[in-house]
Amino acid sequence: MSSPTSRAFATRGEILAFATLAVLLLAVLPASMEIFRLNLFGKYLTYAFVAIGLVLCWGYGGILSLGQGVFFGLGGYCLAMFLKLEASDPEATKIQSTPGIPDFMDWNQLTELPWFWVPFESLGFALVAVVLVPTLFAGLIAFAMFKRRVGGVYFAIITQSIAAILTILIIGQQGLTGGVNGITDLRTLKGWDIRTDEAKLVLYYVNAFLLLGALVFCHWVLGTKFGRILVAMRTREDRVRFSGYDVASFKIFVFCLAAALSAIGGAMFTLQVGFMSPSFVGIVPSIEMVIFAAVGGRLSLLGAVYGTLLVNWAKTTFSETMPELWLLAMGGLFIAVVLFFPNGLAGLWQSFRQPLMHAIRRHAPAGSVVADAAPEGGTR
Amino acid sequence: MLDSRPSDYMLNVEGLTVSFDGFKAVDDLSFYVDEEEIRVIIGPNGAGKTTVLDLICGRTRASAGQVWFRDQELTRLKEHEIVRTGVGRKFQNPTIYEDLTVFENLEISYPSGRTVFGALGFKKTRAVIDRIEEIAETIFLADCLHHVSGALSHGQKQWLEIGMLLIQDPALLMLDEPVAGMSPSERIRTAELLQTITRGRSVLVIEHDMAFVENIAHRVTVLHQGRILAEGSMDKIKSDPRVVEVYLGH
Repeated sequence: MSSPTSRAFATRGEILAFATLAVLLLAVLPASMEIFRLNLFGKYLTYAFVAIGLVLCWGYGGILSLGQGVFFGLGGYCLAMFLKLEASDPEATKIQSTPGIPDFMDWNQLTELPWFWVPFESLGFALVAVVLVPTLFAGLIAFAMFKRRVGGVYFAIITQSIAAILTILIIGQQGLTGGVNGITDLRTLKGWDIRTDEAKLVLYYVNAFLLLGALVFCHWVLGTKFGRILVAMRTREDRVRFSGYDVASFKIFVFCLAAALSAIGGAMFTLQVGFMSPSFVGIVPSIEMVIFAAVGGRLSLLGAVYGTLLVNWAKTTFSETMPELWLLAMGGLFIAVVLFFPNGLAGLWQSFRQPLMHAIRRHAPAGSVVADAAPEGGTR
Repeated sequence: MLDSRPSDYMLNVEGLTVSFDGFKAVDDLSFYVDEEEIRVIIGPNGAGKTTVLDLICGRTRASAGQVWFRDQELTRLKEHEIVRTGVGRKFQNPTIYEDLTVFENLEISYPSGRTVFGALGFKKTRAVIDRIEEIAETIFLADCLHHVSGALSHGQKQWLEIGMLLIQDPALLMLDEPVAGMSPSERIRTAELLQTITRGRSVLVIEHDMAFVENIAHRVTVLHQGRILAEGSMDKIKSDPRVVEVYLGH
């Protein structure tokens, strides 16, 4: 029997649910589809990093961010910069007026590499920057907002404006960023061609393992006192202050954590899809990411992954057949989630599973009925 | 401006003033609370009682004046810093974490692991669990440790919030109407509870229930329109004609 005083890292049900997802990601999906479709699912899974970040930050912490695309994009851009520099060696770019710099810079009459591009010639630097740049940026935003106690809708609007501003900035600075097309035509990672089917399979697995690792990490975070403080903050911010906590520092941390997760997703996106562009930074993708988490269940890490897969799969399927209707369907879906099942698919599953389990237990020996009878606060 | 502790009292409130858009809710208020004293603040609605507590615990910023708690000047500190000096505050409506269990409510209030990384690395040691169980016993909630606190009765929620303060072991406990909305039997148990928990600390209570006030108060401060109308023992207060006129007479 599990009592909260001696709670293990995960209950049997949680381990089973996690194992199910692991089998699905590592065995069922790779075995059941050709590499083109698998690569597509790999792309969806990069959004799942954002979604589980939103579970922590929005579902548990109550901080709604409508600008997660910013961090996804920054992470993706940091890696894309490295890959682009590798693809732009003087040999490959000898027809340019300035060989050795990325093609879009040449088209924009740049004659040397801008200073902030230079360190991205190092893979080590780029990998650190993938996580650090978005996290520090998130920290800056969060510090400025939360120390002044800006929260709720205001915070959501500000994150949304930042997403809009960054998009405009990237598009406007075409010579430095690749503009509206983004950074495209990425080829190799340290000489390893990322465009081959084999590379796509490897990258899919790297992505899946990273995601599973992130899930375990987030599960751990939610199981600590920090996780309980997040829930407490969501409902009674004042009380948390008067219990002796600096609420702002907890919010800054969880927002940075969500940003770091998004950034890893962004970098994996760049690797698997082979480019990064401002269309993954702005308001629309940022809101879509919130919808993924909402549909899956904002209080469930695993739910958020399923939500992301399902919505994206539906998006691809629908937009192949009736592209005009997809946005309407997406909007309808979001309204339905908010109105009818606020805890998303995970919430539906819970309410469906519990009567089922009770029915099963009625026939089980009396001793086992007590175990698990008290539902936990959230559905982790 | 004073820059050192003005007297030997535990709590020195000196010239405390706050105005909201020109209206002085608390006006040049000074009072002093001794170690281990139970002080009750009474007064008609709008007298500024709750505002005084808000000012001491940092929820509202003072326009002027100082609050000295032992060697610390509180008006410059943030709420969580004030809590860490040893000041606990109970709100008028039970303010608990309704999504969490009684145990988790007390665990969050336990005074260690209060930084981000402290909370991530916080371990529920035997000592922590024992302390939580001890507090739960004191506040009559030992049987519902693992119940979600949102499902408790109003009186039980009040007790839980008192327990959440108790586990912080504050030197100064501030209670805003601790028996409001309680049934008569709950009131009696709460009075007993306060008798036990106030040992070894100072308590500042706002209350309207005069029987309850007589039962617990060492000294009483009567507030009226943001100022002190009278101060002293309950007997002295009851016979003060001004107090009878503005408050007790009703």
